[in-house]
Amino acid sequence: MSVTQSGRGNVSGYEVVHASREFRTLRRHLGSFAGPAIALFLGWYFLYVIVAAFAPGFMRIRVEGEVNVGLCFGVLQFVSTFVITIVYRRWAQQRFDPQSERLRQRLDARRKP
Amino acid sequence: MTGAGTVAAGVVGTPVVNITIFAFFVIATLVIAVSAAGQNKTTTDYYAGGRAFTGPQNGIAIGGDYLSAASFLGIAGIIALDGYDGFLYSIGFLVGWLLVLLLVAGPLRNTGRYTTADVLDLRLKAVPVRAAAAVSTLTVSLFYLLAQMAGAGGLVSLLLGVRSSQGQDLTVAVVGLLMIFYVLVGGMKGTTWVQIVKAVLLLAGAAVTTIWVLARAGFSLSALLRHAAAASPAGSAVLGPGLLYGVNTASKFNFISLSLALVLGTAGLPHVLMRLYTVPDAREARRSVVWTIWMVGLFYLFTLVLGFGAMWLVGGAQIEAAPGKANSAVPLLAFQLGGTLLLGIVAAVAFATILAVVAGLTITASASFAHDVYAGVLRHGEADPGQEVRVARITAVVIGAVAVAGGIYAKEIDVAFLVALAFAVAASANLPSILYSLFWPRFTARGALWSIYGGLISSVGLIIFSPVVSGQARAAPGAIPSLITDPHINFAFFPLDNPGIVSIPLAFFLGWLGSVTDLHPADPARFAKMQVRALTGIGAERSDRG
Repeated sequence: MSVTQSGRGNVSGYEVVHASREFRTLRRHLGSFAGPAIALFLGWYFLYVIVAAFAPGFMRIRVEGEVNVGLCFGVLQFVSTFVITIVYRRWAQQRFDPQSERLRQRLDARRKP
Repeated sequence: MTGAGTVAAGVVGTPVVNITIFAFFVIATLVIAVSAAGQNKTTTDYYAGGRAFTGPQNGIAIGGDYLSAASFLGIAGIIALDGYDGFLYSIGFLVGWLLVLLLVAGPLRNTGRYTTADVLDLRLKAVPVRAAAAVSTLTVSLFYLLAQMAGAGGLVSLLLGVRSSQGQDLTVAVVGLLMIFYVLVGGMKGTTWVQIVKAVLLLAGAAVTTIWVLARAGFSLSALLRHAAAASPAGSAVLGPGLLYGVNTASKFNFISLSLALVLGTAGLPHVLMRLYTVPDAREARRSVVWTIWMVGLFYLFTLVLGFGAMWLVGGAQIEAAPGKANSAVPLLAFQLGGTLLLGIVAAVAFATILAVVAGLTITASASFAHDVYAGVLRHGEADPGQEVRVARITAVVIGAVAVAGGIYAKEIDVAFLVALAFAVAASANLPSILYSLFWPRFTARGALWSIYGGLISSVGLIIFSPVVSGQARAAPGAIPSLITDPHINFAFFPLDNPGIVSIPLAFFLGWLGSVTDLHPADPARFAKMQVRALTGIGAERSDRG
């Protein structure tokens, strides 16, 4: 709470942190995980959507019994969502959180007189 | 199998049994709401449950908030009538969660207090932006509420044998009263516990029914699909995409528009985002979303089986003839499988679902009005917290009344379809400004206003001038009839039901254009503060437990 209510003077403090190497590294790490992950799942999702809309014949090809490509493709969307969730959770716990935590503690220490 | 006979009479099961199970659920949830409520004197209590929920608790509650009647009744109903195309909804509803997980959950928890307008305010410090964010939150919540109330009317009339129009209207009014009670007495804490209980019941109920259907098909998915296709007049066409959205080029683009709205809408839904403030920190917020994704994903796999199960065991003709149409597919399936008792339980779970979601929406809308409009705009951020909570409570009552009136008007429309419209408005009006304020240094207040109002007006405007509202009094096969049933009134010029494909890119574009042409450039200090807080959590609102 102390930081939010301490007025104008600390805003420049945020700028110092914002420009610091540690913060830029933290942000770059987030970007280099989240960026490709988002591109991947959105691309994969819209591939599915476009195939469903414009190539329904492909979706109707049978794989096994009555189970067709469309159903498998759809279920794979679930699988990819679960996989990205698991990978992200592990990455956040092992890579992002420790860095973020270190930076916050340093900031906290600097602000408390 | 006495199904056909009783359904023709308009009632399924025995109304007395149904009413008893309903009453039991209503009383149980009321007890939960009252006993969990606590004091609810401060704004943090009332809006955020003291920020004392754990990630898993909140994750399940978010699932309970998100898996509305549209998911349980609506999607399964669309699958039961039109096959595979209903599954497309499930996928969009699930995949959209990744955006919440990867970009929004942690940063939003770190930079806001109760509402998304708080986040924009931290970044842009502009009263008009706060007002705009409140307007869009209220609009999205009302759209979503309308959908839930419409579902409630159809469901209860199916179960209690209420055929008369006045009787159905009365039911909607009772739902409205109950939800107002939950919100007034329970606040966020009570509402959350109702959502948790409901989510567990919903998942369990769907799991039991799914296993039951699979057992009837000899635990063979292929056999289930074969039976379903054989029972449908469309034959094996139901197993692939296209029955609903493959009719012509317009319907294909309609489908793409819908898909865009579904995948981007979740990250802009105010009642989901507000739940992120009920946990102590960003890490718990992220953990919540992980739990939600597992729960939602599992649930949508169940609805696939439930939908095809209803197609096979109930049949499209019987579903179309029932009050509530597609929304009644799952209750009818439950009756076919487990008779009166399973029907009563499934229907009560569905009813609890509607109540919990409606309560969540009401608390979000009332927080947005009291915190953003009353305290932020009218009182310039200097309202007495007790007074703010009082305003929130009054707002909840007003919103309840509006929802009842809207629900009475919209009761014939498929709920999944209405919810998809709410997603389109959320993705257009809310998402661009949230993402820009978190990640784009040059974003300005003017950009925010252009983006929010541009997205809001274009999405709602295109819906008004689409076949949803007029011009399609007698629906083509697979299409949904207009709200205005008089065939002489037709002011539709936008060919698609869902506006997302136009309004979402437009809102992003306007946010960019408004910012780069702004004579007052963005303040780098504010962006620095925003990003440092978003990523490290420094200065974030703490939980009551300290």
